[in-house]
Parts: sequence; C-alpha cells; structure tokens
Amino acid sequence: MRTRNSDFRVGLKGLLATLAVCMSMVSFQATAAPAGESSIRNNSDLTTDAPAEPMKKMVDTDVTFDRDFVEQPPLIPHDIRGYQVDKNVNKCLTCHSWKNAKKWKATRISITHFKDRDGNQLADVAPNRYFCLQCHVPQADTKPLIENKFKPVESLK
Amino acid sequence: MAKEFFVKRYWKMLKRPVSVAFGLILLFGFGAGIIFWGGLHTGLEMTNTEEFCIGCHEMRDNVYEEYKTTVHYSNASGVRAECSDCHVPQEWGPKMVRKIQASKELWGKIAGTIDTREKFLDHRLEMASREWARMKENDSQECRNCHNFEFMDYSMQSNRAMDIHYQAQKNGDTCIDCHKGIAHELPDMSGVADWEG
Ligand code: HEC
Ligand code: HEC
Ligand code: HEC
Ligand code: HEC
Ligand code: HEC
Repeated sequence: MRTRNSDFRVGLKGLLATLAVCMSMVSFQATAAPAGESSIRNNSDLTTDAPAEPMKKMVDTDVTFDRDFVEQPPLIPHDIRGYQVDKNVNKCLTCHSWKNAKKWKATRISITHFKDRDGNQLADVAPNRYFCLQCHVPQADTKPLIENKFKPVESLK
Repeated sequence: MAKEFFVKRYWKMLKRPVSVAFGLILLFGFGAGIIFWGGLHTGLEMTNTEEFCIGCHEMRDNVYEEYKTTVHYSNASGVRAECSDCHVPQEWGPKMVRKIQASKELWGKIAGTIDTREKFLDHRLEMASREWARMKENDSQECRNCHNFEFMDYSMQSNRAMDIHYQAQKNGDTCIDCHKGIAHELPDMSGVADWEG
C-alpha cells in the first residue's frame, strides 16, 4: 500500500512538472508574436480575449449568387434563421422539394440530391443530402479575412 | 322642479325599512361584484404572465428554452411576444374558454403526462395540433393582434415574403398555414395534412 502510494505521488509530481514546463512553453509561444506577421486574429495573443466583432448581417437579397466552379453547391441567397432541419422536419424541403418548389418560386434540388453514395437513384432525397447546410451556406456581408485570387473558368463567367 | 320631486320621492322610498334592506343588498352586491371581478381579473392577469407560464418545469425546460432563441423573444424592435400573446385570446368569451381548457391541461401536469422531455416530445404533435386547429379556426387571431397584412409594407420585406404574402392575402390563407413552428421546435410532421414536407 505504502510504496504504491508514494509511487503514485512521485508519478504525480513528475507529471505536474512536465505539465508546468509544457504550459510555460505554450504561453511563451502565444505571447511572442512572430516578427512582422499580423494574424487574422487582429494580433491579439492567446492569453487575452480579443474584443468580439459585431454580429454580421445575413445576405437576404433573394438574388442567386454566381457559381465559381461547376461542382459548387450554390450559396444560399436568403435568411435561414430558425429553419429547422432534423429528423422530424426539413424546412428547406418545404420550399425546395420537387413537389413544392413551383409554389414558392424556389430552385428545385437537382437530381444529384437523389443519388446515394453508391450512385443508386432513389425516389426521395438521399440520406447524404438531407442536411442541406453541410454543403449550402448563407453569406454575410463582410470583408474577406484573406485575399482570394480564385477565378472561375471562362465558361462560368 | 320635477328633478327635486324625483329625488325626494326616492329618498322617502329608501327611508322605508324594506327598501333600506334592499338598497343595502344592492350596494353590497355591487361592492362584492367589483371585488370579485377585480379578483378574477387580477387572477387572470396573473396567469397570463411569463413567470406563471414557465412556472412548471414542463414548460420551462421545453417550449421556453426553444422560444428563447426565436425572434419573438428578442428582435430589432425590442417588442416581445409572450406566451399569453400567442396562446390566450384577448376577447372575453374565447379567453374564458381557453382558460377553462387550460385548467383541464393542469390535470396533465398533476398526472405527470409530460413530466420528462421524452414524454413531452411524445405528446408534442397532439398538443401542437390543438393549437394549429384553434388558430386556423380563428384566422390566427393572436398573430393578427400584432401583425396585419394590411399594415405590412411589402416593399420592406424580402422578395420571398413579399410574393407569398401578396398571394396569401388574395387567397385568404392564414398565418398559421405557413408559419408553423414560429416559436417552438416542430414534432415529426409526416402525416400533418397541410405540411408540405
Ligand atoms: C419559404 C421558402 C424557402 C425555404 C424554407 C428555403 N428556401 Fe432556399 N430559396 C427559396 C427561393 C424562393 C429561392 C430563390 C431565390 C430567392 O428568392 O431567394 C431560394 C434559393 C436557394 C438557393 C440558391 C439556389 C441557386 O440556384 O442558386 C439555395 C442553395 C437555397 N435556397 C438553399 C436553402 C436551404 C439550405 C434552406 C434550408 C436551410 C432553404 N433554402 C430554405 C425559398 C426557400
Ligand atoms: C453533399 C453536399 C450537398 C448537400 C447535403 C445538399 N446539396 Fe444541394 N447541391 C450540392 C451541389 C454540389 C450542387 C450543385 C451541383 C448539383 O446540382 O449537384 C447543389 C445544388 C443545389 C441546388 C440548385 C439546383 C439547380 O438545379 O441549380 C439547390 C436548390 C439545392 N442544391 C438545394 C439543396 C437542399 C434544399 C438540400 C437539403 C435537402 C441540399 N441541397 C443538400 C451539394 C449538396
Ligand atoms: C406581441 C406581438 C406579437 C404577436 C402576438 C406575434 N408576433 Fe410575430 N413578431 C412580433 C415582433 C415584434 C416581431 C419582430 C419584428 C422585428 O423584426 O423587429 C415579429 C416577427 C415575426 C416574424 C418574422 C420572423 C423573422 O425571422 O424575421 C414572423 C414570421 C412572425 N412574427 C409571425 C408570427 C405568427 C405566425 C404569430 C402568431 C402565431 C405571431 N407572429 C404573433 C410580434 C408579434
Ligand atoms: C402562404 C404562406 C404564408 C402565409 C399565409 C403567411 N406567410 Fe408570412 N411569410 C411566408 C414566407 C415564405 C416568408 C419568408 C420566408 C421566411 O421568413 O421564412 C414569410 C415571412 C414573414 C415575415 C418576415 C418578413 C420579412 O421579410 O421580414 C413576417 C413578419 C410574416 N411572414 C408574418 C406573417 C403573418 C402575420 C401572417 C398572417 C397575417 C403571414 N405571415 C402569413 C409565408 C406566409
Ligand atoms: C409567436 C407566438 C408564440 C409564442 C410567443 C409562444 N408560442 Fe407556444 N405555440 C405557438 C404555436 C404556433 C404553436 C403550435 C405548434 C407550433 O407551430 O410550433 C405553439 C405550441 C405550444 C405548445 C404545444 C407543444 C408544442 O411545442 O407544439 C405549448 C406547450 C406552448 N406552445 C407553450 C408556450 C409557452 C409556455 C410559451 C412562452 C414561453 C409560448 N408557447 C410562447 C405560438 C407561440
């Protein structure tokens, strides 16, 4: 009993010491900003909380976005606040399913959404396409954090 | 002079013992009426507050938690729609009917029909359907106490809303036809007649 207990204590001490060393290294790295490099976190170090940016407004123009490459999931041009998508309901499909799209003047989901991962054509939305927001995202009107030089191919311009 | 005569006559009448008793009864009845009515009113008002509605954990842990994330809890205008704004009619008749129904629902509380999240979810469709039916019946009166097609500036709305509201107004559709789940999460909607899932 005794030896085991002290073994444990020694082990714990060692562990704590290692931890302390690790922590000091982490904090050292965090505070020392690389010379001349500015980060997208506004140069704030990890030990202090950066002031929160104001919440961004969602783009709700209802004007569909251009696509930049053929396989791109189109961006969502409308507000989706409170839209429930879970095992009970899929709010998106109340407008985007083939049955309903016309009434709501919404784009129908394309036939790719009916294909499962093995390429079988299903009668309804495939399970791997059910959670729309995995691929489709709304946009906020913000300045890009990093410049992006991507250009669509000529045929998509 | 006729006026004085009128007053005098009543005074004489009241001086007779029988009439005094009668008058007293009337007066007492009147007073009691005010107190009772006031009490009833205060009581009804009290049961309309948010604190009362979420006084039990069934409401606090389920519908209230969900509602807190929605537009009717907090929005740009700073106008909050409370539980009673959507669930209790403002007119006297329908209000009484709803309150009496609500006392029946209290049995559910006592019997523990929805005292866990699981049980609550099992009963959600049934409870929601009752509210949909009620709102369909009264042309979404509670929504229209605050919102009105007539007062909507369609040009300020999103295109999607503008188009569809214009159509809805023409077709006589009511708010709850399209705005189910406006304040709470929806149950499994397969099988709900006018849900286009
Ligand atoms: C009330 C009906 C409605 C609901 C609900 C709805 N949408 Fe839409 N959606 C539209 C309409 C209408 C358009 C066409 C552009 C517009 O008017 O905004 C559209 C456009 C889109 C587009 C762009 C299509 C394109 O061709 O570029 C995507 C992507 C999209 N929606 C995804 C979603 C997702 C994901 C959800 C669920 C989170 C959703 N929508 C819920 C009506 C709806
Ligand atoms: C696995 C990723 C993925 C998921 C999940 C997904 N989509 Fe898509 N979606 C795409 C891609 C990629 C495209 C563009 C190419 C295509 O049509 O397949 C697209 C296209 C669309 C379009 C435009 C169709 C057209 O003809 O232009 C709509 C509308 C759409 N999706 C809606 C939805 C909705 C609603 C859901 C949820 C039920 C959903 N998507 C789920 C990837 C996805
Ligand atoms: C107490 C008044 C009140 C009642 C009752 C009420 N609302 Fe609202 N509603 C509001 C306010 C305030 C807003 C937020 C306006 C804003 O954006 O600032 C709002 C917003 C909305 C929105 C916009 C949602 C969004 O995401 O922008 C919808 C849809 C809506 N209400 C539908 C309903 C329906 C349906 C009912 C009836 C079940 C209802 N309301 C009852 C006051 C009310
Ligand atoms: C035929 C269907 C339909 C009916 C009926 C309907 N709405 Fe809407 N409403 C929509 C759609 C679609 C949107 C836009 C998408 C969204 O916000 O989810 C919308 C959006 C709204 C908005 C937000 C508008 C904006 O752009 O900020 C409010 C508020 C609203 N509805 C209130 C009501 C009220 C109140 C009633 C009843 C008097 C009503 N709606 C009836 C379909 C309908
Ligand atoms: C903006 C209107 C609105 C407000 C505010 C609101 N509700 Fe509801 N409530 C509804 C509607 C509409 C339904 C019908 C089901 C649905 O569409 O989600 C409902 C359904 C319910 C149900 C039945 C179960 C369910 O989830 O469908 C309960 C219980 C309930 N509400 C309690 C409350 C309580 C408690 C509050 C206050 C914390 C509250 N509601 C605030 C509109 C509202």
